[in-house]
Amino acid sequence: MSKQQEKRPLLEARDVSEVFGGLKAVSDFNFHINKGELVGLIGPNGAGKTTVFNLFTGVYQPTTGEIRLDGRSLTGKRPYQITQMGIARTFQNIRLFSELTVLDNVKIAFHNHVKYNVLEAVLRVGRYYAEEERIEAQSLRLLDIFHLKDKAGELAKNLPYGAQRRLEIARALAAGPKLLLLDEPAAGMNPQETQELMEMIRWIRKEFGLTVLLIEHDMSLVMGICERIYVLEYGMVIASGTPEEVQKDPEVIRAYLGGE
Amino acid sequence: MFKGMKYLRKNDAIMLGFAIVLFAVLQGLVTGRVLSSFWQLNVLIIGINIIMAVSLNLINGYTGQFSLGHAGFMAVGAYVGVVLTTNFHAPFVVALLAGGAAAAFLGVLIGIPTLRLSGDYLAIATLGLGEIIRIVIMNIEYVGGAAGFKGIPHLTNLAWVFWVTVIALFFIKNFVNAQPGRACLAIRENEIAAESMGVNTTKYKVMAFAIGAGFAGIAGGLFAHCFYLISPASFTFMASFNYLIMVVMGGMGSITGSIAGAFVVTFLSAALASWPEFRMIIYALALIFLMFYRPQGLFGYMEITNMGPFRKIFGRPQAQKLKGGKADE
Repeated sequence: MSKQQEKRPLLEARDVSEVFGGLKAVSDFNFHINKGELVGLIGPNGAGKTTVFNLFTGVYQPTTGEIRLDGRSLTGKRPYQITQMGIARTFQNIRLFSELTVLDNVKIAFHNHVKYNVLEAVLRVGRYYAEEERIEAQSLRLLDIFHLKDKAGELAKNLPYGAQRRLEIARALAAGPKLLLLDEPAAGMNPQETQELMEMIRWIRKEFGLTVLLIEHDMSLVMGICERIYVLEYGMVIASGTPEEVQKDPEVIRAYLGGE
Repeated sequence: MFKGMKYLRKNDAIMLGFAIVLFAVLQGLVTGRVLSSFWQLNVLIIGINIIMAVSLNLINGYTGQFSLGHAGFMAVGAYVGVVLTTNFHAPFVVALLAGGAAAAFLGVLIGIPTLRLSGDYLAIATLGLGEIIRIVIMNIEYVGGAAGFKGIPHLTNLAWVFWVTVIALFFIKNFVNAQPGRACLAIRENEIAAESMGVNTTKYKVMAFAIGAGFAGIAGGLFAHCFYLISPASFTFMASFNYLIMVVMGGMGSITGSIAGAFVVTFLSAALASWPEFRMIIYALALIFLMFYRPQGLFGYMEITNMGPFRKIFGRPQAQKLKGGKADE
């Protein structure tokens, strides 16, 4: 624990609040995640978990407080700039490019890693062919990891639900992030699929040297793979710590099971 | 023989070969006086309309930004072009490029504020802007005002129209099949997800808008030099609407569709020119039936290169076929 505190966290939020009209969606939110960690963010419906993700990815700007990635402030940055800085995400309500092929969905996420310009693309000269080949090979490799390679030519909208969730993760990885944010990756999956997903998250974290933050309702998944957990309720952190600590916390038990 | 992505180069060669054959046939028909002068003009208009439809498709179909002011950009290209050739005796190619550049520049200028809007709001804003361009031209005495610009040299011929159309088609085909075009498609499909994948959505919307406007400007230059006189009345809202019909009829997001749409619409209105009273009725009925039975347009998102027998010619080499469904250009 002391060793972790010496290092500068990869992502850090200090006293962040987000106010929508009269509603305080997130208040006095303090958070950090170190390089290589796998952290969970849990809480009852409407606790503000997705709002936190939207703050981290620049979809919302914090009303007060500051968020820093690798020591650089994210204030005023647009989502695409934050992606370029190294945060990629998936969405709770799947947001694939549904009329495009599975392969193209992944290719698009390589956007910031393509090394030819518009002129080379239009004239098909210079680095165009080599780069297209590289992107395609890398995309297919990612699809292979997520067992989607034999669906590469299919339209994304025609994939079954679980496969769409996996494609979202593959697409986020293609953006080349340091920090991966997964918003309810197991939503709608059956226990066996959830189990496979856990294995996959563990594996990609090691393979790509990633730091992962995930929102999840499935307690077996959260308790099974997260090293640390933050519990949100009404936009405030009511508990944080290891899964064992959090499970025993009376505040958390009250929030989930109700109390006096 | 064609390793990796190089089969695309083979496809480009086949298409270019086809274009040369088609040009030879058309030129033969014109030189041999098989086509009457009325139909000769309509062949030129079909080519110009293909450029208009394909460039509008880049904005509306591929990037998903509903623009209704395309004739405005055409007018800018037309007037810049005729001023340069008539008053300054500039070479035709310079006039065309200058017209295209002026329209593209205006596209950037207009695009930056208006592309913040979406859907219906953008449609109304671009409709208004198209009208503003027309009315501004109408009030410039130097270009003849409402009476029109007279004494334009007749510089447009089949070769110019045909090869500029081929260039426009290749440009837009290559654009949409590369990373910038994929970024535009991503914006159409889901703007929030596109932004989250690192796509600067404003930049690519403005880029698509500027390219579309630029080609509309070039088409305007070609159009103006078909006639002795042009007037702002050629570039009304109805003209913009006509190009939109070509795009919707052919299929939003299909280059083949835009070619087909431009051909069908132009051919129909030329063929029905002798019965003006039935023209609009037939036109409207055709659209209603199309929307009933094929709302995605004649081609939807499909290109001719991945349909039926053409897949064998233009498809990927067998060794690297993708599994599941269709893929690629």
